[in-house]
Amino acid sequence: MSKRVLVPLAVIVVLALVPKLAIDIPVLFKSSLDSPGTLQLLALMLTFAGLAFTYDLLFGYTGLLSFGHALYFAVGVYVAGIAMTRWHWSFWPSVVFTAAVGIVLALLLGAVSLRVGGIAFAMVTLAFAQAGSVLAFKNPYRWTGGEDGFGVDYTKVPSGLVGILNTKNLYWLALAYAVGVFLVGRWAINSSPGRVWQAIRENELRVEVLGVRPFQFKLMAFVLASFLATVGGIVYLVLLSGASPGVTTPNFTLTLLVMVVIGGAGSTWGALVGGVVYTYLDHRLDDVAGSHAVASLPSVLRTPLQEPLFLLGLIFILVVYFAPGGLARLGRIRRRPAALEEAL
Amino acid sequence: MSTIVLLVITGFGLGAMYFLIASGLSLIYGLMGVLNFAHGAFLTVGAYGTWYTETKLGGIPVAPRFVLAALVGLAVGTLVAALVELVLIRPLYGRHIEQVLVTVGLALCVTALASAIWTSDAQFVSLPRWTSETTGVVGASIPNDRWLEIGVAALVLLALEAFLRRTRYGLIVRAGVENRSMVTALGIDVRRAFTLVFAIGGLAAALAGVLAALYFGTVDPQRGTSLLIFAFIVVVIGGLGSIGGTAIAAVVVALVQQFANYYASSGIGDLSVVLLLAIVLLIRPSGLTPAAAT
Repeated sequence: MSKRVLVPLAVIVVLALVPKLAIDIPVLFKSSLDSPGTLQLLALMLTFAGLAFTYDLLFGYTGLLSFGHALYFAVGVYVAGIAMTRWHWSFWPSVVFTAAVGIVLALLLGAVSLRVGGIAFAMVTLAFAQAGSVLAFKNPYRWTGGEDGFGVDYTKVPSGLVGILNTKNLYWLALAYAVGVFLVGRWAINSSPGRVWQAIRENELRVEVLGVRPFQFKLMAFVLASFLATVGGIVYLVLLSGASPGVTTPNFTLTLLVMVVIGGAGSTWGALVGGVVYTYLDHRLDDVAGSHAVASLPSVLRTPLQEPLFLLGLIFILVVYFAPGGLARLGRIRRRPAALEEAL
Repeated sequence: MSTIVLLVITGFGLGAMYFLIASGLSLIYGLMGVLNFAHGAFLTVGAYGTWYTETKLGGIPVAPRFVLAALVGLAVGTLVAALVELVLIRPLYGRHIEQVLVTVGLALCVTALASAIWTSDAQFVSLPRWTSETTGVVGASIPNDRWLEIGVAALVLLALEAFLRRTRYGLIVRAGVENRSMVTALGIDVRRAFTLVFAIGGLAAALAGVLAALYFGTVDPQRGTSLLIFAFIVVVIGGLGSIGGTAIAAVVVALVQQFANYYASSGIGDLSVVLLLAIVLLIRPSGLTPAAAT
């Protein structure tokens, strides 16, 4: 087998074995690798790695700058949660229904928003996602729980995925999601529509001149990415055993964008790495902010450091300036993939 | 009847804020091709600048204190916008995606910074008493601050139109919106116009921040982002780069929002606006392409 297959395979095997490893990694994690706390964080990192990859399918590979990706993730979280908790459906019918909603909604809204390109597309997707966010906060029929969100009815979730003792199963679920998204995504990117996506990213006009209508292909990418995000939403719901409206907000989409750019848009591993790094920093920077070292700093330095989003925003800006290819292309010859100018 | 009058005038007040944010966005996009996500941050800077100055100025009566504080807020907002253009946007000319990304990062940073320094809670602004009193119009009691918002936005609209039509820089901006490379080819340095447009946009956004403090009575870190989303919708409906279209769209969006929120239920207004956007897109997506600044 070639190196291209062996290395990822080895990474997956090591990741799959993590819950069996009672190793302490002092600075990076607070407790040993197989402890529920660490596994939960790792599972979140993997879920967001997969989710960032779905966003990269749009942004990095097709050149579509969407500001509404959170909507489809939120569909996964909320529709599945509401089906199980408010309508008392059992698990699998809820999952199938949620997936169907995700596909239909993406088809409808994608068809409308892809009527415009570039920046207008970004604004329109943002507006649709904002509508979803308003719904989640508004708490119609007391389904969404408004600002507080709601806890999922755990009796409907398969028993192997409930409880602290089963955190390792949740970890494997998240790992399966990340790997699944990656495999499906790579397969799609290397398929013939996938090549058209990349051609659209490079030069949409030329694609049209060659007699291919970009609309269907863009819609295909949009629906696939949205559907995979919806699946991620279901994983997230099970992982956190509840829904909260934070995942519906425009800021949530912006964090996905930050992950993808930090990792490196349109590169094989970039989005995954970005998702992992961002989620890790987002959780661990809280600890840094609370540490003694920071508390002893003068307040001019201390105050900004206590806000993880500030640091992440700063890192993001620095990456845009000094590492335009993201982490994935650090250290290589600076080769900007004839970037996404055409998207705008 | 009085309810309708109240809703209409309140809608115009809200539309005034949308217009102030959207006009800057629209000009910046029209001229430079930059979707400025940091525009909400300029609003936040203006609003917090006003509030902070106000808390530091003791011993002056409320009305002059508020005016003075608002002027400081506007100055800070304008300055920040000009600096952002010079320091952050200028090195990335011609790289639109990177420019958008930088403004996204900036928006995240400013919001986070404001909540780190002054908590994420809303802060109350002390306003001149006149603004909280009401005036009777056809049986409706209209809060006085609405007149101020509408008046300021109307003035800004007139001033922008005058600037774009009567001054040399306005001419360069209009020409740049139409065809940037041609203006450059004619030997005019468009980059100075870029900084100018950013500063004007920042001023308008900071003004929107001051007016939002009037309208809501508070400043809070998230307001910039939430108003920005509606400003985006206004810009898309109004046509990118068109000041007149932006003004009309701002009023339409705000009125739809007010009426639906009142007659249906709160939240429906926001959804109706999104629906309006979808309808506009379906009927005339072509109307959304960059238009000349008129």
